[in-house]
Amino acid sequence: MTMEPTPLTVLRERLATDGLEASESLGLLVMELPATDLLATAKRLKSAHGFDILLDVTAVDWPGREPRFDVVYHFYSSREHLRVRVKTAVPEGDPTVDSLTPLYGAAHFMERECHDMFGIGFRDNPDLRPILLYEGFEGHPLRKDYAKDHAQPLVRYRQ
Amino acid sequence: MEHKPMGAMEYITTRKDELVGWARKFSIYPYPFVTACCAMEFMSVSSTLYDTDRFGAALPRFTPRQADLLMVVGTVTHKQAPILKKVYEQMCEPKWVMAFGVCATSGGFYQNYAALDGIDRIIPVDVYIPGCPPRPETVIDGIMQLQDKIARSPHPIVNERF
Amino acid sequence: MTMLPEDNTLQNPVRAAFTPDEVGGMVVNIGPSHPATHGTLQIIAALDGERVTRADVHCGYLHRGFEKECEDHTWNNLIPYVDRLNYCSGLLNDFAYCDAVETLMEVEITPRCRVLRTLLAEYSRIADHMTCIAASLMEIGAMTAFLYLMTIRDYIYEHLADVTGARVTYTYGRIGGLARDLPEGWLARLEEILVQYDDFIGRVHALMDRNRIFIDRTRDVGVLTTEEALNWGFTGPMLRSTGVPRDLRRDTPYLAYEDLDFEVPVGIKGDNYDRYYVRMREMDESVYMIRQLVEMLEPGPINVDDRRCTLPEKHLVYSEIESLINHFKLIMEGPQVPAGDVYRAHEAANGELGFYLVSTGGGNPYRMHVRAPSFIHMGGLHRLLEGYQLADIVATFGSVNMIGGECDR
Repeated sequence: MTMEPTPLTVLRERLATDGLEASESLGLLVMELPATDLLATAKRLKSAHGFDILLDVTAVDWPGREPRFDVVYHFYSSREHLRVRVKTAVPEGDPTVDSLTPLYGAAHFMERECHDMFGIGFRDNPDLRPILLYEGFEGHPLRKDYAKDHAQPLVRYRQ
Repeated sequence: MEHKPMGAMEYITTRKDELVGWARKFSIYPYPFVTACCAMEFMSVSSTLYDTDRFGAALPRFTPRQADLLMVVGTVTHKQAPILKKVYEQMCEPKWVMAFGVCATSGGFYQNYAALDGIDRIIPVDVYIPGCPPRPETVIDGIMQLQDKIARSPHPIVNERF
Repeated sequence: MTMLPEDNTLQNPVRAAFTPDEVGGMVVNIGPSHPATHGTLQIIAALDGERVTRADVHCGYLHRGFEKECEDHTWNNLIPYVDRLNYCSGLLNDFAYCDAVETLMEVEITPRCRVLRTLLAEYSRIADHMTCIAASLMEIGAMTAFLYLMTIRDYIYEHLADVTGARVTYTYGRIGGLARDLPEGWLARLEEILVQYDDFIGRVHALMDRNRIFIDRTRDVGVLTTEEALNWGFTGPMLRSTGVPRDLRRDTPYLAYEDLDFEVPVGIKGDNYDRYYVRMREMDESVYMIRQLVEMLEPGPINVDDRRCTLPEKHLVYSEIESLINHFKLIMEGPQVPAGDVYRAHEAANGELGFYLVSTGGGNPYRMHVRAPSFIHMGGLHRLLEGYQLADIVATFGSVNMIGGECDR
């Protein structure tokens, strides 16, 4: 019995002809690539494959692993209604990736958030001021080594 | 003995402090410091079905300088704390503070780096309303408790010359 | 505790992107505690006369450490936290989160649960859109419409409280099902409320749709093109108001949406009026869907029969040791979710609400991330404000429906 190829499989084969290796996982495609390829891949995804919405930028902290952080991107193709996850690993010593702000305006706030929470640097993002946190906040709360209840108040407590 | 019917408003027995307290408790001007989920219930309680107008507390003043009740509705985070403190300091005396919901009361279940564990860490609070978010009845109960407190609190107008 | 200044001066938590000297004009600060920023948002606007030339949007005043908090709790215990993301429609968040965990566990929910979740999700969407429209109308002065919408919304809240036990924050979804089934007579009351809904919404239409003041405040204000909306990652009513029928319920059907007949309302210009009207029409579609779903509702179990996630029946917990241990393990250790990561998105009231979960096979999530539509919309908000009047900030911001809990998490 031959199965009708799903849209996801079709997309995967199309990406493979473009030199982009991806695997299927729970309803979307996953690509793992080195940080140096990120910007070029995102460009290909946007211009050649119709991934016109950058859904999400976040990171995952794996202390003890080298490289320590995974930076995770989700893209959406509003024409084909398919999603792609792009994962890239960055080391603790230099947690920096290229910014996607030249391609997607939405990347700006998401990268600021990721910078706040994990201390991931985004090269060429012009504005990495704190967004969810505040000026003077030290550390990156979503790193696993940041204690959950370590508060940094801005106002002196009443006695 | 001839009975003379008494007019309705011929005289009222009261004490002057009670009279002043009664008048004051129905003229609360709240400043809603609305941050989070409790805002949904704040909207409900101030609109038709529950209607805080019945307690003289419906007309929000959108500047703290004209308000006498600071309603802190929702979670206050460390980032928000300086703003809350500034708003409180801008209010004129006499002023009251209502902690609306558990987050304002104690931080609720947000016990972490971001949330302030209760606004009474930075400003004094007169009435706490429990609930996450509190039902409108609870809020009304809180307003009535605050009214009692206002009615009982001394006012400089009541002195030996008045 | 960090070093605080000795003299108790209050520190400014944010830094503006520009100074008055740089922009050569007046700089006005709006928020974060301002009646028109229902929620906590700060907009620093540079003005040329009354016109906004640059807007610097600051959010994060309601950052409650949701994602960090989640890493500290079991999968089940997260449901109350998830509720408080978009607190206008807690059920939508519940179901999206449960769906993500179920995808990771490869659990398939029962047919009744599937229909019931869809029904309650649409019901919640009505409440959410009502809140948004009511608040934005009130901010531009339409108090009567606000009171009408609040009245019918309160009926919905009380009605949802009958089934979930709470008016705003429901904690009703469960991994693999729902907390409880519908109480008796709930559907009859639902029909009553839907009839009243028509009445109240008709009044709001009559008050607003052709109201000269309303049109002047909203038509051609805060205009956004489709290309720009996509660039800024907009989804939901914000994107649909620009004229493209993109709706996850239609495009990537989940729950029972593929069996439903509904339209995806779109706007013409992508301005404030369109955003108002798209929301009004979406509520009508939700009512139409709810009526279909009531027909589809069949009796049956609401929780899957899967010991990995569903709590055993209470009488079994008291009578047999396996169920007792099962109950204990589920409560104390949490459901054991297989290792892996998943991204699952639902069409929430504001747009694509995505949950990115990373599990290492334990009872707690290793990492939990929410793709919150409000936050993404804040990223492009300055495009809607720049070039319009200072007073238009209020009308535009109201129509965006920023929800603090979801935006700042």
